[in-house]
Amino acid sequence: MAANPHVKASAAATSVPKPGPPLWLLLELTYRCPLHCAFCYNPTDFANTVEELDTEDWLRVLREARALGAVQLGLSGGEPLSRDDLEIIVAEAHQLGFYINLITSGVGLNDARLHALKRAGLDHIQLSFQDSTRQMNDFLSSTRTFELKSAVAALIKRYDYPMVLNVVLHRLNIDHVEEILEMALRLGADYVELANTQYYGWAWHNREQLLPSRAQLHRAEQVMQRFRKRAGLRMQIYFVVPDYFERRPKPCMNGLGSIFLTIAPDGTALPCHAARMLPGLEFPNVRTAGVEEIWYRSSSFNHFRGDAWMKEPCRSCPEKGRDFGGCRCQAYLLTGDAANADPVCDLSPHHHLVTAAVARADLPADARVCGPGEKPLVFRSARNSSTLHPKR
Amino acid sequence: MSEPVIDAASRPAIERGFRLQWEAAQNAHVLLYPEGMIKLNGSAGEILKRCDGVTTIADITADLERAFAAANLFEDVIRFISMAVEKRWLQIHT
Repeated sequence: MAANPHVKASAAATSVPKPGPPLWLLLELTYRCPLHCAFCYNPTDFANTVEELDTEDWLRVLREARALGAVQLGLSGGEPLSRDDLEIIVAEAHQLGFYINLITSGVGLNDARLHALKRAGLDHIQLSFQDSTRQMNDFLSSTRTFELKSAVAALIKRYDYPMVLNVVLHRLNIDHVEEILEMALRLGADYVELANTQYYGWAWHNREQLLPSRAQLHRAEQVMQRFRKRAGLRMQIYFVVPDYFERRPKPCMNGLGSIFLTIAPDGTALPCHAARMLPGLEFPNVRTAGVEEIWYRSSSFNHFRGDAWMKEPCRSCPEKGRDFGGCRCQAYLLTGDAANADPVCDLSPHHHLVTAAVARADLPADARVCGPGEKPLVFRSARNSSTLHPKR
Repeated sequence: MSEPVIDAASRPAIERGFRLQWEAAQNAHVLLYPEGMIKLNGSAGEILKRCDGVTTIADITADLERAFAAANLFEDVIRFISMAVEKRWLQIHT
């Protein structure tokens, strides 16, 4: 259910950062989720987060962020429908003037709840699907949810919402793009986002199993182009290219601390939903600090603003104002230093780490599975989380 | 599906899933949609806030000409509305 930040806002990187408001607020209301997707971007240690914010805390965050100028609201998780106060949160957000997007697996969405959410002022729903077939959907999410999701898709249409499907693509389902698009057309989708997996959290842990080969990606793009012509205006298709196959990094979050503010279930404020992993930064918590103080004055939000933190080749790069050096989390995960250039960039001295991963993905199946590095796919679950990160 | 014909009698409305609102923090009308926002200039905001699915483009133009003591705005209005339909900010009610 990765939310992709494409908020259009002008942002020029200068050495004297003057942040604008946190235009886009993402509330990860809970890490609880009925699905167990192996490509989830939630942190693998989520089981250590027990105490969720209560209703009043979330409402206070909404009021404070809106007062600063926040206007886009994403409600995500985990599965946000796991919170039984979701309708209260939506009603307050609507009354404050937020544009509210529910990012959901659909599990828990029934007629009564959707009726209440619509009345509360929910603007938009983004429904995730794991694949076009029941077997693959259920395998990839480690649940039995395919038929339920199809029913939810019909419900969303009945309440006159645009039908927006998000399908996370990876090695195990990218060859089904045609079937996925056929399914979307059958369900009457208005928009389909084919979002290639980004490798954070559980997806990072499972990267060797999930990264597609170049040939797979090429075929999927061809299918998608053909389908675009066929569907015309009836269904719009967005294809989010996997950045491992690019030569320049994505302008991640438009630069950390420029427009995007995430609040994790326990109240930790983050400049990106994956940023908690970055070492050496103490991220503030909305339980003990106001949103204004967090956004404008906390050291962790100021750390990656501007370009003073950059190393070469970014610091002297003429493109630094366009991509802000790429993704800090990816730089940290791949190189061990969050201030390095995102190694997706072919100017990075660590770019070989990305090309090596792609080269391994290009190997034929028999060559890949024989190695000692073969690992099973690890599904996102509280048990697996606790196994990977035993409590100290 | 063929493109809708857009003329003086067309009744444009903000597309489903989009919302137009005034943002004091930005001193501008903005058009909101999932994961995005378009900050509108003054004239775009004035046109879009009149697109209610009931009022015709002819009446929208007349209203703008009255409000801003201007004349001959029709061509500008229809050009903007056509662009907005193409971008799927607006749909046309017939």
